[in-house]
Amino acid sequence: MSVRVQIEPFDAGEELRLFSEGAKGAGAIVTFSGVVRDEDGSLEAMEIEHYPGMTESALENIRNEAMSRWSLSSVLIIHRYGALKAGEQIMMVATASRHRADAFAAAEFLMDYLKSRAPFWKKEFGSTGEKWVEARDEDEASLKRW
Amino acid sequence: MIDVLYFAWLRERIGAPKEQIETNATTVEELVAELREKSEAHALAFSDVSAVRVAVDQELTEFTASISGAREVAFFPPMTGG
Repeated sequence: MSVRVQIEPFDAGEELRLFSEGAKGAGAIVTFSGVVRDEDGSLEAMEIEHYPGMTESALENIRNEAMSRWSLSSVLIIHRYGALKAGEQIMMVATASRHRADAFAAAEFLMDYLKSRAPFWKKEFGSTGEKWVEARDEDEASLKRW
Repeated sequence: MIDVLYFAWLRERIGAPKEQIETNATTVEELVAELREKSEAHALAFSDVSAVRVAVDQELTEFTASISGAREVAFFPPMTGG
């Protein structure tokens, strides 16, 4: 499956191996992994909420958009929800193409859209209490470059 | 009847992830005006809609969008994926 929304942890190394196997003929593979920051030790846990149903279709749409804009042989998106600890993998994207320019650009595009257009919300739990992570204006602005 | 869903701090302020609403509203804006009247918690949650995003039948849209024939309207803060 090229789009996965899951509560379980995943092994980014193993995912890259499987993705590479399935992307025979690609000259370039780019991956990005998002990891929970520990915020200098103050973050105890993160809870990610999502909108079941809409999340899957939003990710599928973002993936299809990337496939139509760049010459890609495959695209993988994995995004977790539920309770995560600092250092855990939140999400991963992988793109495969004949040449690196398309693979890099598509990976950046996927990340920009995942940030602001996929229905996930992060809540941080730390030594000073809990708070919802606020969307950043820069993230919204970075969509404009596409 | 329409299902109204809330996520993140909207869900917390309203105190429920979902409610079924009998409504004559034809747009998201009209629905929000009706919801504000339901309780103080609703009024508080919708006090500043510039901080709220909306999806109708799981498609991101605007507050001016029609909800005629819609099954599900969801309200949530700006998304923070990735």
